[in-house]
Amino acid sequence: MATPVTEQPVQQDAGVPYAARLDHVSKSFGRPGAQQQVLDGITLDVAPGEFVCLLGASGCGKSTLLNLVAGLDRPSAGGIETPGGRPALMFQEHALFPWLTAGRNVELALRLRGVPRTERREHAERLLELVRLKGAYGKRVHELSGGMRQRVAMARALAQDSQLLLMDEPFAALDAITRDVLHEELTRIWAETNVSVLFVTHNVREAVRLGQRVILLSSRPGRIAREWTVDIPQPRRIEDSAVADLSVEITEQLRGEIRRHGQH
Amino acid sequence: MASTEAKPDLAGLEAGLDALEAPTTAKAPVGQILREKALPPIAAIALVLVLWQLAYHFQLKPHYQLPSPADVWGSVHTMWLQGTLLGYIWTSVSRGALGFLASVVIGTPLGLLVARVAPVRAAIGPILSGLQSMPSVAWVPAAIIWFGLNDSTIYAVVLLGAVPSIANGLVSGIDQVPPLFLRAGRTIGATGLHGVRHVLLPAALPGYLAGLKQGWAFSWRSLMAAEIIATSPDLGTGLGQLLENARTNADMPGVLAAILLILTVGIGIELLVFRPVERRVLRSRGLLAGAR
Repeated sequence: MATPVTEQPVQQDAGVPYAARLDHVSKSFGRPGAQQQVLDGITLDVAPGEFVCLLGASGCGKSTLLNLVAGLDRPSAGGIETPGGRPALMFQEHALFPWLTAGRNVELALRLRGVPRTERREHAERLLELVRLKGAYGKRVHELSGGMRQRVAMARALAQDSQLLLMDEPFAALDAITRDVLHEELTRIWAETNVSVLFVTHNVREAVRLGQRVILLSSRPGRIAREWTVDIPQPRRIEDSAVADLSVEITEQLRGEIRRHGQH
Repeated sequence: MASTEAKPDLAGLEAGLDALEAPTTAKAPVGQILREKALPPIAAIALVLVLWQLAYHFQLKPHYQLPSPADVWGSVHTMWLQGTLLGYIWTSVSRGALGFLASVVIGTPLGLLVARVAPVRAAIGPILSGLQSMPSVAWVPAAIIWFGLNDSTIYAVVLLGAVPSIANGLVSGIDQVPPLFLRAGRTIGATGLHGVRHVLLPAALPGYLAGLKQGWAFSWRSLMAAEIIATSPDLGTGLGQLLENARTNADMPGVLAAILLILTVGIGIELLVFRPVERRVLRSRGLLAGAR
């Protein structure tokens, strides 16, 4: 690319109207002849700065889809574009490296993206401060609680300075109280950084709590079944009646999708 | 940033959660560590000495076959007074250390190749595991014929003993790296050599260290086997030769003294060199559950 890489939010880059574009993406696994189709014709744009939740039951290929967008795997058909460079990816497990301190984990991501040595420490501390872990720079991973680990993982993901953050059920393994707090944190950080988020979950309320758009995938193969725009203003809470009402509607639809699989 | 101050309630809530949920570790007092860690082995050694003394006292074997602990200690003490004791130990330890370091230099790239290159693994992986279970003393006669009675023979036997276990340790260390680490590494850009350096090797370190520890044990064992068989005036006297010389002189306190010295050096190096490194690595990763 000819344009110099700067830390500007992608919105100012008027030439690209999307942070990710999926064009009829399909994915099959297995040998030819005995193939299993996991994703079928997924077409989806994530706008710059948008927060999109992908919702689905088991077997809808949510994680496969994120792997494809992250570039860890190739689609069998269709195209994926992420003009903002390699997307950052967060997993359900924190996936932090236990041989490094929290701060060094963040610095490794900075280093691999070419941030000069002299700037890394300060940059990493700034990111840890953003996830409100100011004093955790020198802490080992096992010295942190589950919620703190996920926040360090978030700081590491943000260290990639990618315009697209992919999240694969990042809060599923946390207790309800911590998850609730991290929802609030993520909303705040998303608003502060203008990053686009593609968030995968099987938790309907979580999707409605967080997303500007909720996309329901059917299972086996994963197809886009329906889409909702969530215009409940942030900050939302998971207990809000508007969140609950929409969740009921989406859950009905989701159950309908699941029921189809019991009929044959 | 404005919103950080605008929502002190969330920051406070989060700080509270962090304080409640962060794992806490308490350090045990020194007295307790001594009681739990140092006392049992000392008691075990004392018990062995008592049983030995009793066996000597009741003449389970004639005295020329089973000398008393004091006789054996006297033998060690004499070597100390003659000024030869440290020389014997140093001859063996320096050979063992040199052979071990050479094994590390050869075994590490070999292990990396076997772990990462499928055809290499298919070709020599099984041979490497097989070699590990083969007693390297079996190589001594062949090595003597090939290299003669000199240091080359001794180092050849040490290498054949230690290289396979170091290489295998690295292979199993790499095999046990959780795939999640590799995926996480790739998403932050640790691909190719960066991936090997920043993710694969550090993640495989505990397995590699276990391999090194075993490699040292094999070096030491092979060295002693080689020294006992390959005795010659041209070769310096190490602990193995000391043992063999004592046997030919029917000097039973000398034989037992040499055996105990071999045991002590082997254990000592593991305790003083490998154990601290291993514990440090495991503790820093939180893998030393309950231990301090």
